Amino acid sequence: MSEITVNEAVSQALAEEMRRDPRVVMFGEGVATKRRELVREFGEKRVRNTPLAEGIIAGTAVGAAATGLRPVVDLLFAPFLCFSMDEIVNSAGKLRYMSGGQFAFPLVAIAMTGGGWTVGAQHNHNVESWFVHSPGLKVVMPSTAADFKGLLKAAIRDDNPVLFFVDLALGFEPGEVPDGEHVVPLGKAATLRAGRDVTLISYAKTVNHCLQAADDLAKAGISAEVIDLRSLKPLDEKAILASARKTGRVLVVHEASRMCGVGAEVAAIVAEKAFDALKAPVLRLTGPDAPAPSSYVLEQAFIPQPGAIVEAVRKLVVPAFAA
Amino acid sequence: MERIASDTRPEAMLECMMLIRAYEERLAAMQAAGQAAGTCTSVGQEASAVGVVRALGPDDRILTNHRSAGHLIARGADPGRILAEVMGKRDGYCKGKSGSLHVSVKELGVVLTSTIVGGELSLATGVGLSHALLGEQGIVACFFGDGAACEGIFHESLNLAAVWKLPILYVCENNQWQAYVHRKETMLGDRISEWAAKYGMEGLTVDGNDVEAVHAAATQAIASIRRTGKPFLLETYTYRLRGHYEPDDQSYVDPAELSAWRAKDPIDRLRAKLLTSGTLSETGLQQMRQRVAAAIEQAVAFAAASPFPDTAELTTDVYA
Repeated sequence: MSEITVNEAVSQALAEEMRRDPRVVMFGEGVATKRRELVREFGEKRVRNTPLAEGIIAGTAVGAAATGLRPVVDLLFAPFLCFSMDEIVNSAGKLRYMSGGQFAFPLVAIAMTGGGWTVGAQHNHNVESWFVHSPGLKVVMPSTAADFKGLLKAAIRDDNPVLFFVDLALGFEPGEVPDGEHVVPLGKAATLRAGRDVTLISYAKTVNHCLQAADDLAKAGISAEVIDLRSLKPLDEKAILASARKTGRVLVVHEASRMCGVGAEVAAIVAEKAFDALKAPVLRLTGPDAPAPSSYVLEQAFIPQPGAIVEAVRKLVVPAFAA
Repeated sequence: MERIASDTRPEAMLECMMLIRAYEERLAAMQAAGQAAGTCTSVGQEASAVGVVRALGPDDRILTNHRSAGHLIARGADPGRILAEVMGKRDGYCKGKSGSLHVSVKELGVVLTSTIVGGELSLATGVGLSHALLGEQGIVACFFGDGAACEGIFHESLNLAAVWKLPILYVCENNQWQAYVHRKETMLGDRISEWAAKYGMEGLTVDGNDVEAVHAAATQAIASIRRTGKPFLLETYTYRLRGHYEPDDQSYVDPAELSAWRAKDPIDRLRAKLLTSGTLSETGLQQMRQRVAAAIEQAVAFAAASPFPDTAELTTDVYA
C-alpha cells in the first residue's frame, strides 16, 4: 500500500494503461499542457491538446473508438458536457445498437463536478444521472484514491463508453492504494462500514460525509452501514438489496438534485424488491433543485453534510421524531 | 460476403446511378403504398455519390448521413439488404435496428452513419485520427450537406482536421435544401468550398450533376490527401429533386427552380453523352435498364421474404 492523492491515482492509472496498451490515447483541453509526464513517455501523437470545443473532442473520441483506438478524453467541467451530448448520447451510446452490433466504442470521458471550489453552476453541476438514463453508456463516480485508480483502469479496458466523473473536492484527498496492478470492476459497490440499524447509500464526496455521520451515530448507539456505489451504471442492485434486507432502513445521499437522481432509482429498487424487509420508508438526502451557488457558505449548504445525515437517520430509526 | 464496387467506366457509373435512382423511386412508391417506412432520398444527387465513392480505394472509409442510399449502393452494398433494413427486417445490414436513416456496413468501410445533421462531421476526425495513428493506408470520406455546413460542428471538425493534418475528404453535397428550408435563407454566399481556405485547407466546387467531373475532382482531391496527409473540402454542387422526407409534395419548392434542375438531371446528361459518343448503344442501354429492373425486383423480393427480428433482439447490441 502507498498513500497517494486522488489526482495522483488518476495519473497512475492513465500512465499504466497507456503503457499496457498502445491503442490508448488521451486528448482534451490542456491535456498535453498539464500532463507533461505522459507526453514525455508516450509522445505528442498519443497525448494531445485540443481546441476548447467539447463537441469535436467527444466526437473525435467516438470515431476513434469505433476504428481501433481506445481514447480517454478530458472534458474538464461536467456542465461542458452539454456541448458533447450529441456525440456521447446519440453517437457513443446508440451507434452500436443502431449498427446491429457492428461497432464498439471503448472510450472514457472524464469530467469534474461538485462543490468545494466555489466555481459556480456552469462549472459545477452533478449531471451524472443524465447519462445513467441514456442507453449504451456506463457511469462511474468514485470516492477514494484506490477506486479512482482501479475504476479508471477498468473503464479504459471496458469496450463501452464510460463517463468518469471526478468530484472536484476530492482531488487532493489522500488515500491508501494497493501497490502493483489494481483494477476495480465496474458495477460493484463497496461496503465501507458494516452496520445493523440503517444503510447509508452514497457515491463521491458524500460517501465521506456518510462515514462521518456513521461515527456520530455510533456514539448515539445507532449502527449504520455505509455503501459506496462507485458505479452508477451498471448499478450494483445486489449489494443495495442485501443491505436493505439486512438493516430494513435506507437513506440515499447525493449532491446531485433529488428529482430523477440516482437516489430515486435506488429507492425504487428497494421498494420494488425488498419492500417486505423495510421498517421505514426509503429516504433521500440530496442537493436542492437549484443551480450550484458560488458563495462558499451557500455551496456548503447545497451539499448534504454529516449533521443533516445524522438528522435524517434519526427520523428513520426513531419514527416518533418524524413529526 | 460484401464486395467493394470499383468500376469507374462511365457506363458502369451510369448504371450505378440508374440503380440508385430506381431503388429510391421504388422505395418512395412503396412508402406511398404503405409498404415501407418513410425515407430521405438522394434523387438528383446520384452523380455526387457515385463520382466520389468510385474514386475511393478498398482501404478508405466512408461516413455518411440520412441520405445514404447512393453512397452505399455506389460502394457495392446490396439494395436488397438496404431495403430489408429500411423495412425493419432481420437481414438488413443492421439487423433492422437502423431503418433507412443510419445504415452502416463495416465490411464495406461504411462506418458511423449519423442522422443527426452534422453528426458525421463530429465523428470523422476520430476515424481520421485512427488512420493517422494506426498506420492505415486509407483516407476517410465524410459526406454531409449544406445544412450540416451551417452547424458549429462543421467548423470544429474542419479546424481540428486541418490542425492535426488528418486524411479526410470532406464532401459537402450542396443540394440547396436544408430539410424544408432553402439554403439561400440560411447562409450568405453560394459556395461552401470557399470556407476551406479559412481553415488552411484546400477547397474545390465541382458540378455535382456531372459524374465524370465529380469523379475527376474527387480523384484529384484524394491524391492530394494521400500525398500530403492533409484534409480537403470538395463541394458537389447539386440539387435535391425530391422532398426532404417521403412523402413530400414539395409545395414549398419554386417550380421554376425545380424544373431548371430537372433539366440538369445527372443520369439524363450522362446517358445522352454516352449515346451521342457511341460509348453506349440503344441496345446496351436497354440491357442496362433490364439489369437494373431485375436487381430492384430481386431486392424487393429479398426484403419482403426476410423475417422480422425476434423481439428478443430488442435489448441485444446495447453493450459490447
